[in-house]
Amino acid sequence: MFAQLAWRNIWRNPRRTAIILLAIFMGVFSMIFFAAFSRGMANGMVNNAIDNLVGHIKIQHPDYRSDPDISHRIDDPRSVMDEIRPELPDGSKIVQRIRVEGVAANARETAGIEITGIEPSKEKGVSFIGDAPIEGEMLEEDDEHGILLGAALADRFDTEVGKKLVLTTQRADGETQSRAFRIRGLYHAEIQATEKAYVFITLDAARKLVGNKNCATEIAVTLPENKADRALEQTVSKCKEALKPFNLSVYDWMEQIPAMKAYLAMFDMFLYIWFVVVFIAMGFGIVNTVLMAVFERMREFGLLKAIGMKPAWIIRMVLGESLFLLIAGCAAGTLCSLAFTWYVAVTGIDLGSFAQGVKMWGMSRMIYPAIDIGDVIAANAVVIVLGLIVSVYPAVKAARFTPVETMRQN
Amino acid sequence: MNAVSASNVSKIYMQGDVKVTALNKVSLEVAPGEFVALAGPSGSGKTTLLNLIGGLDEPDGGKISVNGKDFANMSSGDLAELRLSQIGFVFQSYNLIPVFTAEENVEYILQLQGEGKAERKKKARAMLDDVGLEGKYDRKPAQLSGGQQQRVAVARALVSNPTLILADEPTANLDSVTGESLLRTMREMNQKHGVTFIFSTHDSMVMNAAKRLVSMKDGAIVDDKVK
Ligand SMILES: Nc1ncnc2c1ncn2[C@@H]1O[C@H](COP(=O)(O)OP(=O)(O)OP(=O)(O)O)[C@@H](O)[C@H]1O
Ligand SMILES: [Mg+2]
Repeated sequence: MFAQLAWRNIWRNPRRTAIILLAIFMGVFSMIFFAAFSRGMANGMVNNAIDNLVGHIKIQHPDYRSDPDISHRIDDPRSVMDEIRPELPDGSKIVQRIRVEGVAANARETAGIEITGIEPSKEKGVSFIGDAPIEGEMLEEDDEHGILLGAALADRFDTEVGKKLVLTTQRADGETQSRAFRIRGLYHAEIQATEKAYVFITLDAARKLVGNKNCATEIAVTLPENKADRALEQTVSKCKEALKPFNLSVYDWMEQIPAMKAYLAMFDMFLYIWFVVVFIAMGFGIVNTVLMAVFERMREFGLLKAIGMKPAWIIRMVLGESLFLLIAGCAAGTLCSLAFTWYVAVTGIDLGSFAQGVKMWGMSRMIYPAIDIGDVIAANAVVIVLGLIVSVYPAVKAARFTPVETMRQN
Repeated sequence: MNAVSASNVSKIYMQGDVKVTALNKVSLEVAPGEFVALAGPSGSGKTTLLNLIGGLDEPDGGKISVNGKDFANMSSGDLAELRLSQIGFVFQSYNLIPVFTAEENVEYILQLQGEGKAERKKKARAMLDDVGLEGKYDRKPAQLSGGQQQRVAVARALVSNPTLILADEPTANLDSVTGESLLRTMREMNQKHGVTFIFSTHDSMVMNAAKRLVSMKDGAIVDDKVK
C-alpha cells in the first residue's frame, strides 16, 4: 500500500508531475546525447590520429622512435609480416613503409620533410593518403620516379604537377643520396601541417633512395573497425609473442600518441562535469517540486502522524514518490536519447563552417555520436541516486509537520 | 483503571508576545466505555484537551495517562505507537487520504499495524458495513458526502480495535439530520465494541445525546454531569 499511495500521490497534480518528468527527461536526454556526441568527437580525433600514418599497431626497430634513422630499420619486413599475419583478426590490414627524414628542394625552395615510401594501393583504408583527394594522379605501384606532394608544400615551392623535385636523405651505408622525382599529384589533408610534413614515393623508390633492397622502417596494422577496441590489447600481445625471435618493438596506438590518451581522459572529465551541471539544474527543480507537493499536503501528513504513522514511514513515502518520478523520467529519457543518438549516429552531424575552427584540434567535420553503455548507466545513476538524495530534504520536512499545527490551519 | 486520567493539566500558548492559557489545571477522569461530550464556547480549550489526551501535544503542567500509561515517561515514538494501537481519531474535516478509496483509508491503518492483506480487507469492509457504508468501498472521499466521509473516519478510527476514540467536533460540518445519524452510529459502536468515546461539540443536539456532559470555559471545566 505504500507503493500504491506513492503512485497515486504522483498523479494528484498531473501538470506538476508532467513538468518534473519533462525536466528529468531532458536532463537524462542531454546527458546521454552529449556523452555520445563527445565520444563521437573523441572517436573522430582518435581515428584521424590513427589515420595519420599511425595505425592501431606498429612494429619498429626498438631505437627507431628515439632516432628515426635508416640505420634503425627492419631488415626483412616480409618475414615479419608473414609471422604476424596469422595472429591478426580477420579483416585486418597490414602495410610496410619506409619513413626517413630528408630534404626536398627545387630551384626556389628547400625544406626539411619526411620521405615516406608506401605501397600505394595498400594504403587504402589504412592511412589518410590512401583515401586523400588528389589533384593529378595517385602513385602507381611500380612508379620509381613519381612523388606525391601536399598541396600546401607545393604552394610553398611554387610548383605544380609535372614539375621536378629533388629529395636528399641518408643512405643505409651512411652516404648522402639525392634523386630527382617528378610530381604526379598533390594531396589534400585535414590539416595543412600534414601537407607540409610528408612527401610520398613508392616503397621501391624509397628502398633505392636509401640503398637497401628489402628494408622497411615500420610495419603498421589497422584492425577492422568493429574489433579495434576489444581486440587491440590481445592482438598486441600475440604479435609480441610471435616476434620474440626478432629484435623489434610492438606499440599500440596509445603508446604511439600518448597525448591522445590524456585528451581522452580530459574528455571523460568534461563529461562528468557536464553531468553534474545538468544535475544541479535539474536537482533544484526536483527539490522545488517535491517541496511544493509536500507543503500542499501538510494536513495529510499531520493526519497520518496523528493516526500513528512514524516519521520514518513518511520519509519513505515521499522518497518513494520521488523514486517513481525519477525512474519514469530516466526510462523515457534514456529510450528517447538512445533512439535519437542511434539515428544521428547513422547520418552523422556536420559541423560545417564551425569545423574549420576545430580542425586544428585534429577533429573531423563530421561527428558520429557513439553510445557508450557506461555513460548511459552513469547518467541514470547520477539522476536517480542524487535525485533521491535531494528529495531527502522535502521528505524530512514532511516528517516534521506536527499534527496539532497542521490541523489548526484552515 | 481509568481509560483517561488527566490531573491538573495546563497548556499555555504564545500568540506573539501574549500568553494564552488554553488549559488551566484541568482534571478529568473517564472510565472505560464512557460516551463523553466536551462542550463549551469557542476558545474554551476543547481541542487542546483532546490533543493532549491523544498525545499529539505536550502539556506545560500536570499529568496525563491513558489506560494507566503515564505520558510523562513516553517518547514521541512510544506515543505514536500508542496512538496506532489504542487511540482512534476523528477530526472535524480532512480526515481521509484523498487518493485512497473508503476501503483503503480504513485498510491503511491496519497495514501500518502490520496486518496481512486478506485480514485487512475483511476487517475494513466489515467496519464500513457497521457504520452504514456497505457497497461504498471503492468510492474516493471526493465521491462521498460529508456525513459519509465522517463515517469512514469513524470506521478508520474503530478498525484498529482501539480502546479510546477522540473526536473533535465530528458533526460540525454536517447538517443536523446527518449529524444525528453519525452520532447514533458512534453510540452504537460505543455499545457494541465497548470503546470509550470523548468528543467535543458546539451542538446542543449532540450534547443531549451524550451520557456525560463536560462543560468548559476559559480553559477550565465548569460543569460535569452524568445523565
Ligand atoms: N497552536 C496554538 N497556538 C497558539 N494558540 C493556540 C494554539 N492552539 C490553541 N490556541 C489558543 O488556545 C485557546 C484554546 O483553543 P482551543 O482550540 O483548544 O479551543 P476550542 O475550545 O477547541 O475552540 P473551538 O470551539 O473554536 O474549536 C484559544 O484561545 C486558542 O486561540
Ligand atoms: Mg476546537
